[in-house]
Amino acid sequence: MLHRFANPTRFLRLADIIQPWMAWATVLLMGAGLYMGLVVAPADYQQGESVRIMYVHVPSSWMALFCYTGMAISAAVGLIWKHPLADLIAKSTAPIGASFAFLSLLTGSLWGKPMWGTYWVWDARLTSMLVLLFLYLGYMALIEAFDDPTRGTRASSILVLVGVVNVPIIKFSVDWWNTLHQPSSVLKMSGPSIDASMLWPLLLMALAFTTYYLWVMLIRVRAEVAANRIRNLRFRQARGQGED
Amino acid sequence: MKRKHKRLSFVGLALLLIAAAAALVLNAYEESIVFFHSPTDIIEKKVSSDRRLRLGGLVEEDSVQKKADAVVVFNVTDLSNSVSVRYRGILPDLFREGQGVVAEGIFKDGVFQADEVLAKHDETYMPPEVADALKKSGKWDAMGEEMKRQGHTPKDSK
Repeated sequence: MLHRFANPTRFLRLADIIQPWMAWATVLLMGAGLYMGLVVAPADYQQGESVRIMYVHVPSSWMALFCYTGMAISAAVGLIWKHPLADLIAKSTAPIGASFAFLSLLTGSLWGKPMWGTYWVWDARLTSMLVLLFLYLGYMALIEAFDDPTRGTRASSILVLVGVVNVPIIKFSVDWWNTLHQPSSVLKMSGPSIDASMLWPLLLMALAFTTYYLWVMLIRVRAEVAANRIRNLRFRQARGQGED
Repeated sequence: MKRKHKRLSFVGLALLLIAAAAALVLNAYEESIVFFHSPTDIIEKKVSSDRRLRLGGLVEEDSVQKKADAVVVFNVTDLSNSVSVRYRGILPDLFREGQGVVAEGIFKDGVFQADEVLAKHDETYMPPEVADALKKSGKWDAMGEEMKRQGHTPKDSK
């Protein structure tokens, strides 16, 4: 099954079908989610209107973790089974995941000032999330740092796999240590401690962020495949000229 | 063993070792990773008075006294112990009795002299009407919930 779609041509054919659906789903879900979150959903009993930052902050944080986990799995598949498509998916996911991590830190900071009284503290949750952003940026820098793309891919895949220990640390930081950041409201054993009128817009936004990721990732993978083909053509052309 | 199986077991083993190393390091540095200490931590561990630290807990009910010159005195409690805090400055909007706070400063003559007070928000999100309804029906136990979340079970008085 996996091997079937590891073929770039077959993957691109599938991507052609999925991509417009993801684009439309993103537009509709994001529109509905923003309307529900910014207009329909009530203000919070303590945070007031500032609670609306959550509808962007929480989905970005989830997606930053989701993208990193996806990257780590793709990198592992690329390292172990040598599927070039897996490497391309990892490479294409990195800038999207980095943007989510940045958005999460930015919106969290803007929420922190009125709520906590500070833009930033070095508690376990905030610090580990910043480390995640640096892992993304480090991966993006490392993969481009070699003349030979296969070496860059290898080195950066190892970096992603080493950094994957940070994912559970981010998720459980609020349970393992005293932090200023509040614990999880949705994904916890005792069920969500968030009112249904706020949970639904949040889930819509999370779904919209997911389809957005799939949409942009497919565009990027397509561009990477095209770039690889151009590189191979040029290489062959240069070799052909050398033989003359 | 095929080469890809070798690579698979190598990656698996390396991940296990990295996870174990991370767990050991985080465990060893727990003291510096925690953002604040509870009143019980501070009283039981007899923290030296000249060290700057952060104290976290709930603002004790009926303990907030506003004094002249923007000075506020209040108790921070974890429901088994409490510490008196003195702070001069502007308090965050969420600061109120029963609310979680983190204060940074040093101990002087048994009173915690804070130079920064941050409000700690909990993970409960609800519209004001729901909060009012809960309070009316007597199901409002924010303080108990807060403590359970922080992993403190109120101890019997010794």
